[in-house]
Amino acid sequence: MQATTTLLIDGLVYASYLFIVSVGLTIVFGVMKILNIAHGGFYAWGAYAAAYSIGVAAHFGLPDWIGFIMIGLSSLCVGFIFGFLIERLILRRLYHHEEVIVLLATFGLFLVLEDLILLVFGVNPYFAYQPMVYLGSVEMGGISRDVYSLSLIILACVVAFVCWYILSLTKWGKILATVIYDREISLAIGINVTTIYVWTFIFGATLGALGGAYIAPTISVAPGISIDVIVLSFAVVVIGGMGSIPGALIGAAMVGMLRAFAVHQFPELELFVVFAVMAIVLMIRPEGLFAPVKARRI
Amino acid sequence: MIIKALSADRTISWVVASFAILAIVGLMVPNWVLNGTMFGLARGLAVLGLLVLWRTGLVSFGHALYFGLGAYAVALLEKYTGVSDVFVRLAVALATAAAVGFMLGFVLRNHRGIFFAMLSLAFSMVLYGVLIKSEALGSTDGFSVSQTTILGWQPETKYPLFLTIILTGVVAAVGMQIYFRSALGHLTTAVRDNEIRVEYLGYSVAQAIHIKYVLSAALTGAAGGLFAMALGQVDPDSMVNWTVSGELVFISILSGPGSVAAPFIGAVAFEFLRTFAFELAPHAWQLIVGGTLLGIILFLPRGLWSLIERLPMRQERDRE
Amino acid sequence: MNNAHSVLRIRDLNKSFAGIVAAKNINTDIKPGEVVGIIGANGAGKTVFVNMITGYLKPTSGLIEFEGRNITGIEPRNATHIGVSRSFQISQVFMSMTVMNNLLVAISLANRDSCSLLRPLNSPRRVRECERVMECYQLLKYRDQVAGTLAQGVRKLLDIAMAVVSKPRLLLLDEPTSGVSIDEKFDLMDIVVNALKEQGTAVLFVEHDMDIVQRYVDRIMAFYQGEIICDAPPELALRDAKVIEYVLGFRHGTEQVDDRPKEPRHA
Repeated sequence: MQATTTLLIDGLVYASYLFIVSVGLTIVFGVMKILNIAHGGFYAWGAYAAAYSIGVAAHFGLPDWIGFIMIGLSSLCVGFIFGFLIERLILRRLYHHEEVIVLLATFGLFLVLEDLILLVFGVNPYFAYQPMVYLGSVEMGGISRDVYSLSLIILACVVAFVCWYILSLTKWGKILATVIYDREISLAIGINVTTIYVWTFIFGATLGALGGAYIAPTISVAPGISIDVIVLSFAVVVIGGMGSIPGALIGAAMVGMLRAFAVHQFPELELFVVFAVMAIVLMIRPEGLFAPVKARRI
Repeated sequence: MIIKALSADRTISWVVASFAILAIVGLMVPNWVLNGTMFGLARGLAVLGLLVLWRTGLVSFGHALYFGLGAYAVALLEKYTGVSDVFVRLAVALATAAAVGFMLGFVLRNHRGIFFAMLSLAFSMVLYGVLIKSEALGSTDGFSVSQTTILGWQPETKYPLFLTIILTGVVAAVGMQIYFRSALGHLTTAVRDNEIRVEYLGYSVAQAIHIKYVLSAALTGAAGGLFAMALGQVDPDSMVNWTVSGELVFISILSGPGSVAAPFIGAVAFEFLRTFAFELAPHAWQLIVGGTLLGIILFLPRGLWSLIERLPMRQERDRE
Repeated sequence: MNNAHSVLRIRDLNKSFAGIVAAKNINTDIKPGEVVGIIGANGAGKTVFVNMITGYLKPTSGLIEFEGRNITGIEPRNATHIGVSRSFQISQVFMSMTVMNNLLVAISLANRDSCSLLRPLNSPRRVRECERVMECYQLLKYRDQVAGTLAQGVRKLLDIAMAVVSKPRLLLLDEPTSGVSIDEKFDLMDIVVNALKEQGTAVLFVEHDMDIVQRYVDRIMAFYQGEIICDAPPELALRDAKVIEYVLGFRHGTEQVDDRPKEPRHA
């Protein structure tokens, strides 16, 4: 019983984390048809910016809760600056290319963002445990857990709610739905697709950076942290269906639970199960569990 | 007669001649150049494998699977049987990759575009996930691979291995050139252009893609085996992780689909570029690679080879 | 009817998509060398009919027999193997390849044995056959032009020529003259029909232009809402009351402009 609770909570925490990181990825794919490897770069930049600014705040003796503001600010800064620049300067020139070619371009961007981190922040790891210390720990199922990790679940719910709210209940959501359905017709009826694209990309980038920034206090922020994360969020997005937000939710839940289960029962299968499920879903239903199927006419 | 027919093809004579020159040059250069060239040529072979798929309009984002399979086949062969002969090693690497490619091909042949890329990625990450967590398979550290022998003879230098890589490269390049010129080879472009028409001409598109996939896997597996022999070790992060697949795709974009020689030129250029970049700016290597990748996609979509095609001397020759 | 002499025999063919009927109780026989025109408004089920014969769509029920052999639900590529070919409403050619290479690929796939596909594409024998086809279909002057840069009419010709190199006994042409300019239409059809007459191929073609239909066919099948409403020689069919009402509409009819049937739409 106790083991089950531990497993469930671990899985839920991990799933929440994966959802926050991958929801931006799926939104960008849904609207812009770009499977963005550079999303991993936003994640890493978010983590570095947060860890660095939290460190600076601590250096000046500011209270520990300031860390949360730093996390928010870092993700917004990273999302806006990189999101805006990359969409405007690079992706905009690639919209007429095939999806796979754009995928490769974002791989190039990913590499560039990785090395920019080394140039700006150096090779030594950063630690920013203050927000985690601030929230303290709580006993659950006989095991002491830090509240900070549990707060990831709340953050994931907030992110999911905001996405759902924007897409379902606002004018923006309706415009987005039109753009997703048919870009050409949206242009024809006077929707400014260019603006939609840049805002979507900034939104996605901010979410990626938020994932990195929020997880930063719990890890050692070091070069290469995004390499595993990006491919895991690809698995999440692919399992749920590229471009589908409920899909990302289900995908994150599946991957999170599976991984928690594997870590507890069969540690050597930790990565294997995730990608095996990804492969199986792609084999059986390439569009993912939550996306419509299209047919070709001749 | 066959030789006469082959030498009539300009690409083939050029490839054979330049590899022959390279073999002679290999005798005179310092060790680090020899090593770099070996790594480059081995990677070039893997990229040649990707080229087969690219001409069909498919980009595999998981060819590290076959690269890694080839490399690990060589390492495990030695660990369990002690065999270190170059031909056995090469054959085992190639056969392992081809066998796995044949099985996965049944699934992948039904996928296109981004789904093909993602499924290849998933398969390669499955292998990575197994290797990195398995003590029996060397975990994150991998194994070392002992020096390659040739029919029982233990060479003093790496030159014999260099020669083997060159020979494999020549055979593969010439073989692929013959393949690309054949009716079956032209089906690559045909499938990319219009699958429905190929089906209505009476040929199974799935089968065409399957054949190309196995060919591609075999070439990349052989490349992985040779790479492991040249490097003297295997490990998951530098041979099976998704970044390796990305690197291979990067080199194919760098080289361009224009010729069977392009992958080798691109890969050797990549290798030396990396060596120098590490000397000059150790933290800017990925920046250079990433920037180059973007630059090529934006400004040189047919790769470095298209620069060679634009040379005035070549254009005149083609006009004849 | 003497079924033994039919190339194509169709019995009680039905097809529906999610409740919409696209083919209803279709029965017909096509004789060797016969040229049959299929007419009907948009959405009448003409293309669905063609797609079912060549295996792109599987019928809901019914029988399709080719030369006495049941081919219901056959794969397109197997239809080609046994002698049923087709061309397309939108030309399906290899856009980035030259006219010559398009045809060479078609030729090498049409008469292949186990290892012939490994021979160079432009082997002398294939090139000879290719030149013969190009001459027949007046494509010689476009020989080295990339298919993507061809004019519509020429691309259509290439599309048809590629379907014919396998020497089918039954050829289905889906709107061979759509997208072709009016002054090119007759030239195109002259070339195609003459070339096919020589081979004795039975032809089934979908066409909207009644002048073309009248000039080339032995028989007309008129479709309306998935059903054959008339199957007769052209001089009779074009005077048939139902055909005038449901297919030709106000163009040939006299009074009924307003109660013209709405065009049903489906996939």
